[in-house]
Amino acid sequence: MAMPDLSINFAGIKSPNPFWLASAPPTNSGYQVMKAFDAGWGGAVWKTLGVPVVNVSSRYGSMNYRDKRMVGFNNIELISDRPLSDNLREIEEVKKRFPHHAVIASLMVQSRQEWHDIVRDVQNAGSDGIELNFGCPHGMCERGMGSAVGQEPAVLQTIVEWVMEVARIPVIVKLTPNISDITEPAMAARRGGADAISLINTIQSIVGVDLDLFAPYPIVDGKGSNGGYCGPAVKPIALNMVKNCAQHPDVRLPISGIGGIENWRDAVEHILLGASSVQVCTAAMHFGFGIIREMTSGLEQYMKEKGFHTIYDMVGKALPNVKHWEDLNLKYKVTATIHEEKCIGCQLCYTACEDGAHQAIRLNAGTRVPEIIEDNCVGCNLCSLVCPVEDCITMDRRDDGSEQLTWKERTAAGTIPTEFNDERAGGRHHWVPEPAAALNKEKHKTLPGKARQYAESATALEPAPHGAGGSE
Amino acid sequence: MAEYQTPTSEPEFHANFAQIKPRMNTSEALFESSRCLFCFDAPCINACPSGIDIPQFIRQINTGNTTGAARTIYEANYFGNACGKVCPTEVLCEGACVYNLQEVKPIEIGRLQSFATREAIEQDKQLFGPGPANGRKVAVIGAGPAGISAACELRSLGYEVDVFEAKDQPSGLTVYGVAPYKITNEEVLAEMAYLEGQFGYRVHYNQPISSRRELEALEASYDVIFLGIGLGPTNALQLPGEERSNCVGAVEFIEQLRQRHHHTAVGRRVIVLGGGNTAMDAASEAARMGAEDVVLAYRRGKEEMGAYDFEYDLAKGVGVKGLFNVAPVEIVGNGKVEGVKFVRTATLNGQVRTVPGSEFVAPCDMVIKATGQAKQTQLLALIPGLRLDDKGRIVADERTGQTTNPRYFTSGDARNGGAEVVNASSEAKAAARGIHEYLTKTKD
Ligand SMILES: Cc1cc2nc3c(=O)[nH]c(=O)nc-3n(C[C@H](O)[C@H](O)[C@H](O)COP(=O)(O)OP(=O)(O)OC[C@H]3O[C@@H](n4cnc5c(N)ncnc54)[C@H](O)[C@@H]3O)c2cc1C
Ligand SMILES: Cc1cc2nc3c(=O)[nH]c(=O)nc-3n(C[C@H](O)[C@H](O)[C@H](O)COP(=O)(O)O)c2cc1C
Ligand code: SF4
Ligand code: SF4
Ligand code: SF4
Repeated sequence: MAMPDLSINFAGIKSPNPFWLASAPPTNSGYQVMKAFDAGWGGAVWKTLGVPVVNVSSRYGSMNYRDKRMVGFNNIELISDRPLSDNLREIEEVKKRFPHHAVIASLMVQSRQEWHDIVRDVQNAGSDGIELNFGCPHGMCERGMGSAVGQEPAVLQTIVEWVMEVARIPVIVKLTPNISDITEPAMAARRGGADAISLINTIQSIVGVDLDLFAPYPIVDGKGSNGGYCGPAVKPIALNMVKNCAQHPDVRLPISGIGGIENWRDAVEHILLGASSVQVCTAAMHFGFGIIREMTSGLEQYMKEKGFHTIYDMVGKALPNVKHWEDLNLKYKVTATIHEEKCIGCQLCYTACEDGAHQAIRLNAGTRVPEIIEDNCVGCNLCSLVCPVEDCITMDRRDDGSEQLTWKERTAAGTIPTEFNDERAGGRHHWVPEPAAALNKEKHKTLPGKARQYAESATALEPAPHGAGGSE
Repeated sequence: MAEYQTPTSEPEFHANFAQIKPRMNTSEALFESSRCLFCFDAPCINACPSGIDIPQFIRQINTGNTTGAARTIYEANYFGNACGKVCPTEVLCEGACVYNLQEVKPIEIGRLQSFATREAIEQDKQLFGPGPANGRKVAVIGAGPAGISAACELRSLGYEVDVFEAKDQPSGLTVYGVAPYKITNEEVLAEMAYLEGQFGYRVHYNQPISSRRELEALEASYDVIFLGIGLGPTNALQLPGEERSNCVGAVEFIEQLRQRHHHTAVGRRVIVLGGGNTAMDAASEAARMGAEDVVLAYRRGKEEMGAYDFEYDLAKGVGVKGLFNVAPVEIVGNGKVEGVKFVRTATLNGQVRTVPGSEFVAPCDMVIKATGQAKQTQLLALIPGLRLDDKGRIVADERTGQTTNPRYFTSGDARNGGAEVVNASSEAKAAARGIHEYLTKTKD
């Protein structure tokens, strides 16, 4: 099979592959953008140009999970603090050297005149497109820009209209997620005449609090401020918003997916939910431009395996399967199966189901392999999610697939439960142990070792499980 | 050429005896603690003779509460730091870690344990203290893992405690017997100073208790006497030539090595007699001291050795060779050892038989006898009503450590016949509780 074609034409912006660097520190200079193109990136959204700013020192904070660094990332940085003329000169130079790569100028200014001027400037410099930054959730919004615009659909539309008055190249509107319905600003962008949207920008956040200094990270002279959150942790939020825009009948604009993209899988997920280009910031800040090699190779391999010839064969392919809850089949039934031969006996599934789900797993004497009580298993997946062994707990289908009934259909048929103690409610005949059966049930197993061996009252001493008499 | 050159300076000694469980740095501790699954009813806890709540302390390390981790460890085991380094973790906690079943490297529980406790020791974190004085006194004989652990627990219960120790340092075989590549003297003694500082028991060094008169004095001034005397010197082999110079007991050889390694010389060809862990240690140590040839001679086959596999591997790793199915019949030589006369053996229905006419002499210039430690029967005979079992171990209540003389309690090697530091330490803690139970009952 021929190599899949990774190139895209995104609302008129051509790019050899769908991977763009998002407007952020990695696109702060011509030096960085050239290096990225050299490494294999298809496009770059230049670090936002606009009104002059001053940055603070100490700008980023990280959310770590155990030994994993930067699972989430937070910044209080503003737009580019480099002179506009330097940036324009460098855009020109990059475009000369890389005519087939996409250079998109991200912009943020205030007045109509300023918008007209800066749009003309970047067009003259040779940009392939423009992205309007209506997303920055800190510093700029206080000055009536960034997310302050993105949160007001009417203002957003007006500014897009100003831009469209002079724009000769495609215009993308970058949306802020700091809003309850992302489709509102998306539709405003469309009404204003934009060619595409990109999302998400960063999410307003406090990434952590210093327990000794009593201040939020990042700390600037003992104080901090809310910042913008991004990185792997935000992908689920981004995916949902991309899907919302892609499914909305009145948005109908190409989407550049942003948020938590670090590898080819993340990119494919964005694409399957409707994105036709993707942008990356945190991962490039964490690992450098070299990650692009894994991303393109993974995407190519996936496309080959699935028989996709172009990116457009897969854009939005998961959308028909994203439904409203009320359209899901209530007759579908899975329960958990433990594959004994794989089980390592950690009993995390047991304690998860016992304490956090439906008491559908039991322990038996003489083995550490837990047992599913099938009658009690509601098929929530929890045990299979906590199990540390790949494919050790599978969720297997129990219904024969012949029946299909949704909440919507039940509502129409008048068979939904309507009263507090309705016979037709879900958990009605589900077995739950007596409350008092919980007391002392397995305290000895969760108490610290010492307490196991020397119970509080000396007379109630239980012999140590293995304590006595060990020998070689 | 031998694997190791005889060390001639302190750095060379430390290089030859490099720690096999070196201290973790903070990053390593973070990575390793991150891997722990926090199992329910964790098998590692059940495999620890002192029942340390392992997932709890690992989680505490992972969340930056290293002091809390040290507390968790010490609550179960006063030799927390030493145990992390000297326990045979391969057959205890780490051997039980669920990762083994996935053929993934088990969590390095021992090193994490020492990571947390070492930090507490160095920062002299005050985690415990004596309980309110209850006016009662306990004498502890022996400052080994058993004696010191009993002393700590008794102090926490409010007893006044005097420890009488024959030698001039605390911790017993931890500092006199355990192999130097498992733990350094400094590290052992730092933990001892840390415990003594917190609990405030008194240790009287160079005070062997060896006569009925001395015992009577203790019986007169203390409510209870705890026997933490461990075992005695190496058993004699009863072989001709055993008295020749350079034929030494393993325990004595190792004590010399640990206390005065500058004055410890090994032969060029060393034969170690025995198949237990002490034999493995002695052989490894002789090799690391620069012996050219070290042979482990054992009466039975390789598979029947009492030593743990990993201990044998460790010895093989430093060039020790095994000689199996041979029994020594004579230490030959002329004033000094010149060889060991062996006879070959065969095992028939579990019985070791010598093969007549198969005698041969293996030349060597040093013999280390690792043939077990004698029991302290002489001293024990002076205690009225104290019964020993047929192996010379003190008979005591499984749970309380009370002997057949109700005012004497015991634990550790003297009672279990020789196990590990962790056994002595955790059993002593239980025995201290037993003493408390007994004295509480007999208050008035
Ligand atoms: C060579 C060797 C290597 C070992 N290696 C390990 C190892 O790697 N890991 C491990 O966990 N365990 C190891 N052990 C076992 C471990 O050291 C013992 O199980 C443990 O020390 C027993 O503690 P204890 O307090 O019962 O006795 P001991 O440690 O023997 O302490 C007894 C103390 O009592 C003192 N004493 C004895 N009689 C009297 C008296 N009459 N008056 C006053 N004081 C007295 C002694 O001087 C000594 O200090 C090893 C043992 C040996 C011999
Ligand atoms: C330090 C930093 C600065 C940023 N500056 C800008 C900016 O100037 N303009 C902009 O549109 N987005 C900016 N962003 C947002 C990113 O372009 C991107 O939308 C967001 O980080 C989500 O993508 P990610 O999860 O790949 O990081 C910035 C992000 C970071 C971390
Ligand atoms: S799927 Fe949910 S209810 Fe069923 S066994 Fe697993 S955790 Fe329990
Ligand atoms: S979580 Fe998985 S490995 Fe652990 S006990 Fe349950 S089935 Fe076994
Ligand atoms: S068995 Fe292993 S993974 Fe499980 S709690 Fe113990 S150390 Fe952690």
